[in-house]
Amino acid sequence: MYKSPLLLTAGDQSLMVQLGDSIELKTNMKVHGLVRAIESQSVEGVLDLIPGYSSVLINYDPLVISEQKLKERVNSIARKVRGGDLNPKRTIQIPTLYGGEYGPDLSEVSRYSGLPEEEVIILHSEVSYTVYMIGFSPGFPYLGGMTSRIACPRLSTPRTEIPAGSVGIAESQTGIYPMASPGGWQLIGRTPIDMFNSDKIPPSVLDAGDLVKFTPLGSEQEYLEISEMVSNGQYKVPVEELS
Amino acid sequence: MTQMLSIIEAGLHTTVQDLGRYGYQRFGVPVSGAMDSFAFKTANAIIGNSETAAGLEITALGPKIEFLEDTRIAITGANLGPLIDGEPIELWASVKVERGSVLTFSGPVEGLRAWLSVLGGIDVPLVMGSRSTYVKGEIGGFGGRALLPGDTVSTFDLEQDQDPEIYLPQDFDIPRYTGEFELRVVMGPQDEAFTEAAIDGLFTSTYTVSMDQDRMGCRLEGPLLEHLESPDIISDGSPLGAVQVSGDGMPIVLLNDRGTTGGYTKIANVVGVDVGLLAQAMAGDAVRFTKVSVNHAHALLRQQHAMLASIGQEADIQLSRPKLHIRADGFPVEVLDESGSPLTLAESEGPSTMILGKATIKKELHEFELEIHEKSD
Repeated sequence: MYKSPLLLTAGDQSLMVQLGDSIELKTNMKVHGLVRAIESQSVEGVLDLIPGYSSVLINYDPLVISEQKLKERVNSIARKVRGGDLNPKRTIQIPTLYGGEYGPDLSEVSRYSGLPEEEVIILHSEVSYTVYMIGFSPGFPYLGGMTSRIACPRLSTPRTEIPAGSVGIAESQTGIYPMASPGGWQLIGRTPIDMFNSDKIPPSVLDAGDLVKFTPLGSEQEYLEISEMVSNGQYKVPVEELS
Repeated sequence: MTQMLSIIEAGLHTTVQDLGRYGYQRFGVPVSGAMDSFAFKTANAIIGNSETAAGLEITALGPKIEFLEDTRIAITGANLGPLIDGEPIELWASVKVERGSVLTFSGPVEGLRAWLSVLGGIDVPLVMGSRSTYVKGEIGGFGGRALLPGDTVSTFDLEQDQDPEIYLPQDFDIPRYTGEFELRVVMGPQDEAFTEAAIDGLFTSTYTVSMDQDRMGCRLEGPLLEHLESPDIISDGSPLGAVQVSGDGMPIVLLNDRGTTGGYTKIANVVGVDVGLLAQAMAGDAVRFTKVSVNHAHALLRQQHAMLASIGQEADIQLSRPKLHIRADGFPVEVLDESGSPLTLAESEGPSTMILGKATIKKELHEFELEIHEKSD
């Protein structure tokens, strides 16, 4: 992590605030702290904020604020971001059915890691992951914190269609496909919850900076029950607020 | 809401767009929106719409549309050969259309994308604060998709009878799309990842627009832009107009439907006033880059903003109505007569004498209706 943010011109309507040059939890927490701080200060002329692993891209309206003035505001805000501002605010529980047709590559991850399938599930679901950022496609979370023991290379031939809610592994990353899309990740399970819905505000169950925990479901029956509740609008995603 | 447009033929790719969806990029939702905000805002301004009103973006082969009511439209951007009932209509101009009239397009003459504004603006639901269509994510616009034959598109009703006769000011700079693009860029944010030869090459070479271009981005072909080390960066946010260079050394300019984040170096960024021109880029077109400072780019934006704000500032006067009527939004009045002297508004009533900005009145002053719709700065 840099001692003070590096402010880089990114066109005439965006400013790149670089907080470090590596993928580190500490730097990423500072990213989310800075995003929250800029939002709470409602800086004039700021149109949008995009948190990355170690940076924040600020879209601004130059007719309202100059680049120089924006840099000054960001520097002064960044100096005050510390301590409790940086802690995650909540943990989101993602009910997940592992293996079988819902996680067709669980057996491959098991084979590659030399661990039994049950062990892969335990290792995947016992830790909390940090949503470093959301990108690639609407609602797609980049999760950090997976143990390298269950790391597994991508498929050599990507699938043309992956069902929404699929939970996958690619190298030492894990993630959830919020919408049906093509993709090359090893699929180990699926969640019945609606990860991205453009009619909702916010549209995504996950936000950058959240903690995520996968909760293994015991049976397909349980998956289908939750799925039914989701489609009736009765399911509430378990969220644990952290102080 | 009024059912206004009956889509008889959809054209190649006709979508509802506005100025884009801000505030949701952190959730991975692209901005989308009209690919040339200047042409789009002009289309709205010359029919008296607010600049945020939604319109149609038309690509290459235009749709066939029947108007279900009398209205007023404007088409800006590319010349795709627009005809009303078989007669050519003026581009970058306010055009009255009657119920039952049919808009068709004879085919591209100059440029690739045009914007159609309709009085009141297209009425589709706001999704995350915008009416823009993001087709790939099935978000917003008309059911999250491009228009299809059989669709009926509605417009918002006007709060009052409004039929403004607005012209573009004489010095208004209507862009031409000649197949050669001079794009101004500011450097960064990752220009330091490139060799000196690459930086030089960016400004001395002519690039060619490839077949690989759409609403997400425009891939160019030309001399290799070499990295000092890696083309990869830790993924960060992608600004509009970023000139991204991946491992193959070829630049891609990121446009409205770009992914919100990316993992490749960005050598430079096309400035705001020029990025909309790429909406008109076709395979084989030539692109050259020149470097400007951020301050210069901002001055260009202010200039463009002033030009947009000048639309409708020259008052149009009709001699048929007896009473001075000026629509007001609470800005100070300055109305000048032909000699440049201030016009007395004593006979008018209440707040309607407050108008916005400057107007020049060119005709006789006793009996007229004066309408001014936009405040300039």
